[in-house]
Amino acid sequence: MLALDVLLDDLSLRAILIVIIKVVVIFLVGLIGTMLMVWFERKVIAFMQNRVGPDKAGPKGLLQTLADGIKLFFKEDLIPDKGDRFVFKLAPYLAFVPAFLVWSVIPLGGDFSNGKDGTVQILGRATKLQLADPPVGVLLLLALSSIAVYGIMLAGWSSGSKYPLLGSVRASAQMVSYEAALGLSLASVVLIAGTLSTSGIVASQTSFTRWHVVATGVLPFIIFLVAATAELNRPPFDLVEAEQELVGGFNTEYSSIRFALFFLAEFMNTITMSGVIVTLFFGGPQPLPIGDYDNVLSFLGPLSGTVWLLLKVLVFLYVYVWFRATLPRLRYDQLMNLGWKLMIPLSFAWFMLLAAFRIGRDEGWDRWFVVAGSVGVLGIGSSLLQRAGKVSARNREREGAMF
Amino acid sequence: MELFVFVVAAAMVLVGAVGVILRSHPVHAALSLVLTLFGVAVLFVAQQANFLAAVQVIVYAGAIVVLFLFVIMLLGVDKADDLQIEPFKIQRPAAVAVGAGLLSMIALAIMVSRDARAPKVTPSEAVQAALDGTHDSNVRAIARDVFSDHVLAFELTSVLLVIAVVATVMLARKPRKGEST
Repeated sequence: MLALDVLLDDLSLRAILIVIIKVVVIFLVGLIGTMLMVWFERKVIAFMQNRVGPDKAGPKGLLQTLADGIKLFFKEDLIPDKGDRFVFKLAPYLAFVPAFLVWSVIPLGGDFSNGKDGTVQILGRATKLQLADPPVGVLLLLALSSIAVYGIMLAGWSSGSKYPLLGSVRASAQMVSYEAALGLSLASVVLIAGTLSTSGIVASQTSFTRWHVVATGVLPFIIFLVAATAELNRPPFDLVEAEQELVGGFNTEYSSIRFALFFLAEFMNTITMSGVIVTLFFGGPQPLPIGDYDNVLSFLGPLSGTVWLLLKVLVFLYVYVWFRATLPRLRYDQLMNLGWKLMIPLSFAWFMLLAAFRIGRDEGWDRWFVVAGSVGVLGIGSSLLQRAGKVSARNREREGAMF
Repeated sequence: MELFVFVVAAAMVLVGAVGVILRSHPVHAALSLVLTLFGVAVLFVAQQANFLAAVQVIVYAGAIVVLFLFVIMLLGVDKADDLQIEPFKIQRPAAVAVGAGLLSMIALAIMVSRDARAPKVTPSEAVQAALDGTHDSNVRAIARDVFSDHVLAFELTSVLLVIAVVATVMLARKPRKGEST
């Protein structure tokens, strides 16, 4: 049987009901959250640029996204003549569905204090506040982010037009490149946590010093944040829709509801990626001890985990909007250099370093011996890399390349 | 339930496989391949091989077929091919012969295994742990296997990959003026 949830071991009506409730709640919260995220982004950017932002529809412009959505629904739906009709229709769903599915493995709350595994009682049954808790949860995240490439790639190709194709080729090259750095920094987290399941990763981050942002030494978090921004195609890595060069990028030919799906997927991905970052590095629903209090929100009872998660996710949503408002877009060669020549070697080196310390501790080696050995190996590796970079730069210069 | 999952996944695999062969358009064929790979991933999950399923999707669907599509799009060969033209004359008869051979081998294997009395299967440590719901048992079992029993094959594979990378760099490198390749 498919043992994805503790509930499904014995199928009963009540168990199925709980799963259906979870699915509906996640679906609704996802959609409404995306709607609010669009509003939040426009408002915050307006604030940062000394503008007012949307303020006509609803209080403080809250219903602006809804109005835009309704408008998009009633627009004419165009399919380009030279396009591939089937793939053209398929692509928006390939972008949208993975964005939604990521929610299913993120622990959205629950009690992880004192080594509990986050199960709560709903309708008299023990269940986790996450839709599915597969033993390979983190890999599922990677799998979904690699599936999301298809949506963008096929959208650009099936439009049957030059600029969308260029945009989508760029996008998929970017996403495939940064996935490596993403996976390697994630590997550091898995190494420290000792498990691949998302709820296990949350459960292992019991105190602030054991949050993985601290336990893995900050660097994997920074790499993950940058790589995630590139995966999301958000500024400063939004070369996909470089308006000056590519008209609108991969979605140029899309209109009406299909365009809305891409738009929603992009914003939903931002929220889910923030959720993933919080889960992996900031303890997910685990409370942050302030002063003498272990959990200042404990008066909320079983909901406190969810509120903590929400607060942490909000911080990252703000950071993403902040990025967009302050950082200029990278040039394409800068993007690729950053990805391949800096982030992948750096995350790999850091992973090896963490592994060396781990082995050293298990085998009882002298700590200073491990440090000296690691520094030596890393030094040799980085000087080799720099040497290779210099040689290739000289060669390209001789061939008369611009960059 | 298990039968239902199997039938759906097997249908995905077969439809995808037939699509790869029959679709005249390379991009559609590549997408059919993705369908097949997903079906195989579902079958892995149904057999409790969660790790293999995830890796299947990440590596094959997420990297290899994306690379296929990339090459198809960049080289601009995304035109429908005429299936009537046969580049190598011997190809089709050979394909029929090999296909028939493979089919008969599989049929034979099934016949033999049905005739033989089914031995009592003791689930391996990994399967047992997976049935017990212990997390990550998959990963541990595979890691132990790969890095102990099959470590030589594993290292040889990595050497093969390094050779492939070096060869690609050599092929892609432009020869300098006055230098013969």
